[in-house]
Amino acid sequence: MGEAVIEVRGLRKRYGELEAVRGVDLRIERGEVFALLGPNGAGKTTTVEILEGHRDRSAGDVSVLGYDPGRHEVALKERTGVVLQQTGLEPYLTVAETVDMFRGYYPRPLPLDEILEVVGLKEQRDQRVRRLSGGQQRRLDVAVGLAGDPELLFLDEPTTGFDPTARRGAWAMIRNLRELGKTVLLTTHYLDEAQALADRVAIMVRGEIVAEDTPAGLVAADADAVIRFRAPEGAAVPENLGFGEREDGLMEARTTDLTRDLHTLTSWALDEGVVLEDLTVSRLSLEDVFLRLTDEDEDESEEAS
Amino acid sequence: MRAIGLALRQLKYEERSFRRNPAAAFFTIAFPLIFLVILNVIFGGGEIDTGERVISGATFYVPAIAALTVVNSCYTSVAMSWVFNRDQGVLKRIRGAPLPAWAFLFGRIAYTVILMIVLTVIVVAFGRIFYDVDIPGTTLPAVLVTLAVGAFAFCALGLAVASLVPNADAAPAVVNASILPLLFISDVFIPPDAGTPAWVEHVSSIFPVRHLSEALQTGFNPFETGAGFEPVHLGVIAAWGVAGLIVTLRFSSWEPRV
Repeated sequence: MGEAVIEVRGLRKRYGELEAVRGVDLRIERGEVFALLGPNGAGKTTTVEILEGHRDRSAGDVSVLGYDPGRHEVALKERTGVVLQQTGLEPYLTVAETVDMFRGYYPRPLPLDEILEVVGLKEQRDQRVRRLSGGQQRRLDVAVGLAGDPELLFLDEPTTGFDPTARRGAWAMIRNLRELGKTVLLTTHYLDEAQALADRVAIMVRGEIVAEDTPAGLVAADADAVIRFRAPEGAAVPENLGFGEREDGLMEARTTDLTRDLHTLTSWALDEGVVLEDLTVSRLSLEDVFLRLTDEDEDESEEAS
Repeated sequence: MRAIGLALRQLKYEERSFRRNPAAAFFTIAFPLIFLVILNVIFGGGEIDTGERVISGATFYVPAIAALTVVNSCYTSVAMSWVFNRDQGVLKRIRGAPLPAWAFLFGRIAYTVILMIVLTVIVVAFGRIFYDVDIPGTTLPAVLVTLAVGAFAFCALGLAVASLVPNADAAPAVVNASILPLLFISDVFIPPDAGTPAWVEHVSSIFPVRHLSEALQTGFNPFETGAGFEPVHLGVIAAWGVAGLIVTLRFSSWEPRV
């Protein structure tokens, strides 16, 4: 195991009656891009804001670069960068002035040109902040987060509200950060984003981490693939394959042994003279895994209530 | 040492932000002059009996508008900008950077006070040039001390009210409703011989605005023979400042309220 940059044990946060974070354990190593994924209200932002020192915790042990963020030590702030969901920059300063202002707060800042290069704002360096587009403002947020050459960068939903082109641009930027050797804790509710960027993903639902692995591992831990087809009226689909009918009339089954199951299915179809209309075989996406995990949790809580 | 450098550096960015918004900058400067002219036109023609002495309308209104400048620059603009910046996440972002909170606060408050001093000088110069109002001589130290105590108290009260206001939408209503009535009953807009009932004066004596305006009236009074210090008035203003500071330290926040 590498060196832990973030270590969290038994983290809890209570707001009155509501427990937003219910016993979270996390370990993030140096150089990792780690995605914290979950539906809105899952407790992602609360967890990250505790790690950033913006919020107090109710219980648990938290260590960020060896510091307790709850103590608001300057030495920790000098080594971390935070990109919040909200922009909050002076509208009348230029891009270069804004980044420079923040660079001045840190003992060993990154060179201005390097920052603007990484976030792709070189052309806008002398523009006023208020004249930037939404996507450019978000890049400036990241630029400000990078100002102090942080070892660890918190990115809270960096692409929310972006159009697809801007998102691709932001992804390229986050990959640049990995090249620089930064440890990145990313929160997002976009599954493709986590899949594209993260070394490891934790899925958070209702204040708890329900799964944690590499994106590929999360998918592989589940069934390998999904087979779908449209069965003709009255056809007796082999029961051992576990096919079920969906609302749109397609038969669907998950399989861990695609070759064998597909062979069984097609043999049956040939023997019976059945045409497998709309036959598709697809890999599970992180989205399928995510939806199953979040659904399960909701089923459980419905049963409980 | 580094923190002091950072604090001074904040001043530079405050100044730059102010200068880059010319419409806001123009009206910030014009605001007290507009009041000085209007009030002189309406009430300033004759003489005003302050209860202690009889002076020209303009001689009354220059220190009155100086008091308005202190209140407006410190209380109103500090409260508004703090709440707006808090809602926009500016404060939260600064809190995440290794800039000491006091250094940020110093930049903000020092710039406010510098602006207040510049505006006061403009008001006094305007009064001297257009209304032939005397510039304080022997009472100048008293005027400066009064301005300093007033700046401290009204900045502290501005931060205090900002920490009690829930969000930016509520800020203008709360800030204006808390200060405008006081300006009307504290010998700032309306001269003391306008027939204000005694009980209103008793009420306004509780609050700091009246004490500020009276202390400045003494400092600007051409017939004042002493140094012009008003220890009781200054004491009341300072006490309000300390109360404001306590409320600020207890309730202030750098995070948007949810």
